[in-house]
Amino acid sequence: MHAYDFAAPRSIRSAIDRAGGESAYLAGGTTLVDLMKLEVMTPSRVVDINRLPLKGIRVDGNGLRLGALERMSDVARHPGVRSRYPVVAQALELSASQQLRNMASMGGNLLQRTRCGYFRDTSTPCNKRLPGSGCAALTGENRTHAILGTSDSCVATHPSDVAVALVALDAQVELYGPHGRRSLPLGDFYRLPGNTPHLENHLLPRELITGITVPSLSWARHSGYLKVRDRQSYEFALTSAAVALDVSGGVVREARVAVGGVGTRPWRLPAVEQALVGRRTTEAAYEQAVAHAADGARPLAHNAFKPELLRRTLVRALTTVGEL
Amino acid sequence: MASRSPSTPPHRDGLSRRGFIGRTGAVVAGTAAASAPLDTARAAPQSAPAQQGENLVAVALTVNGRSVRLMADPRWTLLDTLRERLSLTGTKKGCDRGQCGACTVHVEGRRVLSCLTLTASVDGEHVTTVEGLSDGEHLHPMQRAFIAHDGFQCGYCTSGQIMSAVALVGEGHADTDDDIKEYMSGNICRCGAYPFIRDAIKDAREEMR
Ligand SMILES: Cc1cc2nc3c(=O)[nH]c(=O)nc-3n(C[C@H](O)[C@H](O)[C@H](O)COP(=O)(O)OP(=O)(O)OC[C@H]3O[C@@H](n4cnc5c(N)ncnc54)[C@H](O)[C@@H]3O)c2cc1C
Ligand code: FES
Ligand code: FES
Repeated sequence: MHAYDFAAPRSIRSAIDRAGGESAYLAGGTTLVDLMKLEVMTPSRVVDINRLPLKGIRVDGNGLRLGALERMSDVARHPGVRSRYPVVAQALELSASQQLRNMASMGGNLLQRTRCGYFRDTSTPCNKRLPGSGCAALTGENRTHAILGTSDSCVATHPSDVAVALVALDAQVELYGPHGRRSLPLGDFYRLPGNTPHLENHLLPRELITGITVPSLSWARHSGYLKVRDRQSYEFALTSAAVALDVSGGVVREARVAVGGVGTRPWRLPAVEQALVGRRTTEAAYEQAVAHAADGARPLAHNAFKPELLRRTLVRALTTVGEL
Repeated sequence: MASRSPSTPPHRDGLSRRGFIGRTGAVVAGTAAASAPLDTARAAPQSAPAQQGENLVAVALTVNGRSVRLMADPRWTLLDTLRERLSLTGTKKGCDRGQCGACTVHVEGRRVLSCLTLTASVDGEHVTTVEGLSDGEHLHPMQRAFIAHDGFQCGYCTSGQIMSAVALVGEGHADTDDDIKEYMSGNICRCGAYPFIRDAIKDAREEMR
């Protein structure tokens, strides 16, 4: 690990003052400490934000608000989250392990870095880690990589599960920085790689994520998260689907659909949402509605199975949620 | 490689800090010099900020009920501090990357991975390791159950499994076989002792109630 100095401020203002240059905020550390050991991240200062007042879970008529420092495990077991936004609780419970969920924060989760093996290995080229060095995954081991939103510079998958659920629910990220506070739709917060894959989101220098909000959606009670992976637990997604359905009389009135494991960022599927409206809640109807879910996909040498796996993942997730 | 070695604390019976500082000086010269004052309570001595090792952080912990104060390099993980500084070698280093669970300990009563926890970030907190489970010679029910059910072969993963299992029961995640499987999935056992680990947990959970 490269050397850095360490600060543990107690106010948001002083955290932002301490940040700057090559600094990094530390929340649960489950991404940062890992990547510092690998020397993929080499901050010269670590600003520990765990003493900042960024906690709190609120579920009420306005929706859901999660403080950035709430831990994944605490959000997952919160009764209001479980009953009103089950897709969020499920996406969290299917992430990582209980030890990691006890450490990892919601803000850090949204900013976790890709698990691409070349990004994590400083001896190989990677445009995300070292702009201009090339992408070893294009011709290398790319079974777990993305098929949607990729570019010739980068095919790295966005690894977060809960971000997929939150994007489906139109979540916003609350930000606070040297120029004050603002908020952005989470869907717009992430950038596509294009030819600048090292720029992953629209966070400004020194800016903090302070919270996440989800607008009220009564039928989010009828939602769920399905994750398909190489082992049953403690593994990242090959494909995943976050689904919420408003069903009446066996017919879909409205739908929310986003997918993970396949995109360079959490991937909302508005065309599938449209195609679901007015359909009966049958497997055959779902199959038709998701027929074009992977349109535009660019499969790689080792992940040509993903478009079909994605459609099947969606059908199963819709079937499960449609029966709720 | 020289830049990697100082990430691990020197063993308290081994290298002195001075020797350790001397070996690593070159790496950091520029970094600390650029730093603004740190928060007072946690600040390292700032008299000679350009020198590596001068940005040590004062950390006070309670480990297994005992107060511990030390000056920690900000890079030290809790795992390395426990093993190398405090000679608590019950906690094991498997992957050192958050992927195996061998390093599981409790911080403020919650199970966490000590390999991804920075020592400086747990200042003021209570840590329990496998050494702190037993009451003297009297083993914790989970420890006894692991012995009774052969919940291990080589034993390398065992302290992590036991720390995880004790927390699991407290969380209320030990009620069904499926729950035990799912909520213990963060503890990998290369010897595949899983069925016996599950039996041990089911046994101990009754006694722990
Ligand atoms: C073995 C393993 C398995 C995993 N499996 C999964 C999985 O299946 N699904 C999944 O979704 N995730 C998984 N994860 C990833 C895990 O969820 C993330 O590492 C975690 O959520 C990051 O949160 P943290 O608080 O630990 O972040 P940190 O490591 O503290 O920070 C991550 C990044 O965000 C920045 N940051 C943190 N908080 C803020 C803030 N409030 N404002 C601004 N910047 C901030 C930090 O500077 C850093 O760059 C896994 C991780 C490991 C190690
Ligand atoms: S040593 Fe910490 S998880 Fe493997
Ligand atoms: S007993 Fe050998 S790794 Fe678990």
